[in-house]
Amino acid sequence: MRITGSIARPAAARIPWLTIGVWGALAILVLIAYMRAPQATTAVLTSTIRQSTPIILGALAGIMCERSGIINIGIEGMMLISAFLGFLFNVWTGDLFLATLGALLVGAAVGAFHALMSITLKVDQIIAGTVINILAIGTTGYFYQQGLTTRGKLTPVSIPFLADIPIIGPVFFSNPPITYASLILIVVVHVLLFRTAWGLRTRAVGEHPAAADTVGIAVNRVRYINVIIGGMLAGLAGAFLTLESVGSFERNMTNGRGFVSLAVMIFGKWTPFGAWGGSLLFGFANALQSQIQFLKNQLPSWLAWIGDLPPQFIGMLPYVLTIAVLAGFVGRARPPAAIGKVYEKE
Amino acid sequence: MERAGSQFSPRMDSRIQIWGMVHAAIVPIASVVVALVVGAAIIALSGANPLVAYSALFEGGLGSGRAFSRTLEKATPLIFGGLAVSLAFKCGLFNIGAQGQLLMGAVSAAFIGFSLQGLPSALHIPLALLVGALLGAVWAAIAGTLKAFTGAHEVITTIMLNFVAFNLTDWLADGPWKDRTPGNIVARTPAVAPEARLPDIVGVPLGIILAVLAAIAVWWLIWRTTIGFELRTVGQNASAAKYAGISVRRMTVLAMVASGFLAGLGGAVETLGVVGRFQPGFNVGLGFNAITIALLARTNPIAVIPASLLIGVMQAGASRMQFNSGVASEIIDVILALILFFVAADGIIRRVLRLRAEEGERVTLSSGWGS
Repeated sequence: MRITGSIARPAAARIPWLTIGVWGALAILVLIAYMRAPQATTAVLTSTIRQSTPIILGALAGIMCERSGIINIGIEGMMLISAFLGFLFNVWTGDLFLATLGALLVGAAVGAFHALMSITLKVDQIIAGTVINILAIGTTGYFYQQGLTTRGKLTPVSIPFLADIPIIGPVFFSNPPITYASLILIVVVHVLLFRTAWGLRTRAVGEHPAAADTVGIAVNRVRYINVIIGGMLAGLAGAFLTLESVGSFERNMTNGRGFVSLAVMIFGKWTPFGAWGGSLLFGFANALQSQIQFLKNQLPSWLAWIGDLPPQFIGMLPYVLTIAVLAGFVGRARPPAAIGKVYEKE
Repeated sequence: MERAGSQFSPRMDSRIQIWGMVHAAIVPIASVVVALVVGAAIIALSGANPLVAYSALFEGGLGSGRAFSRTLEKATPLIFGGLAVSLAFKCGLFNIGAQGQLLMGAVSAAFIGFSLQGLPSALHIPLALLVGALLGAVWAAIAGTLKAFTGAHEVITTIMLNFVAFNLTDWLADGPWKDRTPGNIVARTPAVAPEARLPDIVGVPLGIILAVLAAIAVWWLIWRTTIGFELRTVGQNASAAKYAGISVRRMTVLAMVASGFLAGLGGAVETLGVVGRFQPGFNVGLGFNAITIALLARTNPIAVIPASLLIGVMQAGASRMQFNSGVASEIIDVILALILFFVAADGIIRRVLRLRAEEGERVTLSSGWGS
């Protein structure tokens, strides 16, 4: 076990020059691209934000769970079940808001199931997550009927005035509701974890449950609640897939996004804003993938070969990127110390 | 965990092992029974008769000679997959990428099978099997190496490699290695040469024989060799292993390589024995079924065989069940997930059957991300 005592170290004492540099360089690149091809650039960036929505929501779910010491590799399954049931709720009620709410509740329920397995039944947490993933594929596959579609989709809502700003307007202020919600939730989870008593308790439980216990924190209760909140966030990601993005359910439609979320969480060192940076990277890879047909003609001649790549190679991009990110960043980030361990009172 | 003295007295050892095996089988068997009961409830809820469904299921898997040979056919890749996952578990690694390794093994075995013509079977079959197994090993070695040298967790990397393998094999079967015979429009490779197809040995398919031999070989590797001892030591306590002078990195890579070798071999065997070519969408779901099998068998290589046969029966009988009772064959996946749940949450079964938990018999995997 490593006890490095870094809990007390202030988080952002130094100016993050590297982060500023990277974002600055990206901003300049975007500007250049915008001047050369305004429509394509806006389309790719808008798609980037929307494609990153389920990833950041999944990553926030992972952060809530893991900060309290519970590994959750079942995010993929939580997304899939919520996506499926949210979709069915919409088919039954015809109401998108109720369906989204339903997906949130389903996520909470699956989160509670994960907490039950990993806290009360003391199942190995990685196995517990795997149970959820396999159960999700099995049950959604069994109850799925082809041919159903949602009644409408959640559509973009433009915010007056702000939406008219070039680039920034269409990218940030003309999005569908769940995408807005994900952007707000990044801030909410950040404040919750680092500026509230609940967050302090959560982190204490995730780092040193025995110490947290001695000061009167109910370790397992904190963990239960965090895992349930995590389930709701994953549920919202599921709702995004069926109710906002696609408008129908497809078998296994999460396509590994839950696992990508976990990689993003690690990339972001278990912080909401760091994870957002990571999910934008994946959003960008996905956006390129989905926009490549439209972009083909607009590529400069020295990049024309990209348009000729087989679709399968472009399809690999997000997954290869995940592996690269994980390999490059995991060693530099320290996970919560008590992660994966059952807490038992002495 | 090993019982004390198991290194010294073989006779004691075997007696304890037999009792241990009987005892260890109680929870898995009870889990299967409970999962079938819950599955029956789900079938009843969706408006069908569970008894009709289950009798059709087992009739379709065991009812006739042909049914049983179909079961063996389904069980063969499952045994390889279950062994792959079990072996990695022994080293504390969770290989959820058996699917991708199997695909790589299958596509490369198909390539050797169709591209070389006129080789004698005695050369062609071993060559294709070996290349398939090696490609599976290489695919898993990526995850193993990343884990050993950068700490990237294998649960994420192997899943990601699955998606990369889906895309890569799909491209191969639809591009450079596509079957160009006139009239073919689907993505698939040409058929493998007849000399590369696996024969039956006295009526038993070679594939299942290889699977059983592989199970014995894995058992021998884990329990009777120094490498196996080091592997298990790393799996039980990596820091203690390091302290004892075992290279954790080497063992991590080695375990993944061996695991991928088995999964790749499974893909090669199914390609050469059953399918006869590579097609995308080949054996989807094997990776997860392999996890269920490994846990059902409590990572015991020999017990992987009956566990795979059980799941093979269900898979073989699924279409008969769907035909006779109208229950969608996907119910099998639900039942398998339930089996996994009850095996993993063995506390529930133990409480009902009033069994004590045995010391050190849990599989410990969650060592956290990173290191």
